[in-house]
Amino acid sequence: METDAPRPPGIAVRSVRLVYESTVLFEDLSFDVPAGITTCLLGPSGVGKTSLLRLVAGLSGAGSGGGGRILCDDSRPAAGRVAYMAQSDLLLPWLTAIDNVMLGPRLRGESGRRDAALALLAEVGLTGAEALRPAALSGGMRQRVALARTLLEDRPIVLMDEPFAALDAITRARLQDLAVAKLGGRTVLLVTHDPLEAIRIADRVAVMAGRPARIVEALEPSGAPPRDPSLPALAALYGRLMRALTAAASTDGDTGGDGE
Amino acid sequence: MTPAWARAAIVAAGLCGLWAAIAHGFALPPYILPGPELAVAAWWRRAPLILDHAAVTLAEILLGLAIGALVGAATALTLAFYRPARTWLLPVLVSSQAVPVFALAPLLVLWLGYGMASKVAMAVLIIYFPVTATFYDGLRRTEPGWLDLAATMGASRSAALLRIRAPAALPAFASGLRVATAVAPIGAVVGEWVGASAGLGYLMMHANARMQIDLMFAALLTLAVIALTLYAAVDRALRLCLPWQPDSPAA
Repeated sequence: METDAPRPPGIAVRSVRLVYESTVLFEDLSFDVPAGITTCLLGPSGVGKTSLLRLVAGLSGAGSGGGGRILCDDSRPAAGRVAYMAQSDLLLPWLTAIDNVMLGPRLRGESGRRDAALALLAEVGLTGAEALRPAALSGGMRQRVALARTLLEDRPIVLMDEPFAALDAITRARLQDLAVAKLGGRTVLLVTHDPLEAIRIADRVAVMAGRPARIVEALEPSGAPPRDPSLPALAALYGRLMRALTAAASTDGDTGGDGE
Repeated sequence: MTPAWARAAIVAAGLCGLWAAIAHGFALPPYILPGPELAVAAWWRRAPLILDHAAVTLAEILLGLAIGALVGAATALTLAFYRPARTWLLPVLVSSQAVPVFALAPLLVLWLGYGMASKVAMAVLIIYFPVTATFYDGLRRTEPGWLDLAATMGASRSAALLRIRAPAALPAFASGLRVATAVAPIGAVVGEWVGASAGLGYLMMHANARMQIDLMFAALLTLAVIALTLYAAVDRALRLCLPWQPDSPAA
């Protein structure tokens, strides 16, 4: 995989505040996504992981409140250098697999990416499925098309929102391996609620919890991903992540009504 | 399950049986309610005349459908793309529906004459709103995730509209077209009733005035066959054009 683009930027989230329907999700939240590695943002459902990802992606509608800055370490905003992959595959049902992979170039009016798209579809193991519409594909195949679409964008920053949550265990493990292989060298922020997934593929794991949310734990598993989570060293890590998550969950109810 | 055409045939035969039973059972005179066999006989006798008028009505319906669908689709896209169009044009469109379209028929004949134009205009008026409303509604209900994706991919607003929102709204547009196909014949025939020199509506008024009730029924049957065939054809074509759309319950 050639990433001949300039060095991918790291992302700095600084003092971000976000209010969603009078709930303060973030208050003075700061968070670093180091350049060129995969960071997993782990946290319970509803803590605001997706909102943070959307803020980084420059997508509106996450809520209001404003305040704070999200900057890359080369002082330019992330928007425009981001490839985004959501929990649902977001394939367009009227387009074939190959046309879905080429959605970005199609939307920007670029041509000539067909060979690259075909190659990516082959790499995610979908040779022969190019002309099929999403309805004819299984959930795992659809998510692989979505991964190929994300990879075709070839952006230095990749933001993924629980991309494999809806898949069965075997398909998920395969796609995680594929993602690790294909996303190496980019700045990846992957949101998940699954500690095992974080241990398996992350270079760095950050646990987000509480309301307003904070980063309550950050650690770097040893060894190169994809890891086998059943290794004893990683089992200890799993315990640590679970403790961080459950501690956060038990205090969650009390912090909800905090004002200033 | 019985195939659709067989069910249609059975229902048609049943309705004809009921019609015959009422006409003969109550011994109604043919100038009040002729039996189906009289209507068919009249159709056979006057086939060239009926077909001539049917061709006129069919042309009015098809022209009205084409123009109404095009103008309706263009309006919906404009509404979706330009905010001023939403704030200024949309209220006008909605309140215009307070005016009964049929009440405009005499005016249209006055302005556009006894020819085909006034009937086409009537059909356009009657189908314009359902097409616009359903398509615009579809354009507003785009899956937000698709628009997020388009935003991160750097798509312009027009690219997102034409490549994502419009195709996503095609099933809604199709249901608008189905409604339009069902009501377009009404527009054409009402126009012909108010003032015309040709068309099935004109033929029916003419036959009615001369107590040729069997001919009137023959023309009415022809109109029903045209409307049903047209609906079936449009429905079929839309299904073929939108193969990704989950099959809706058969009409």
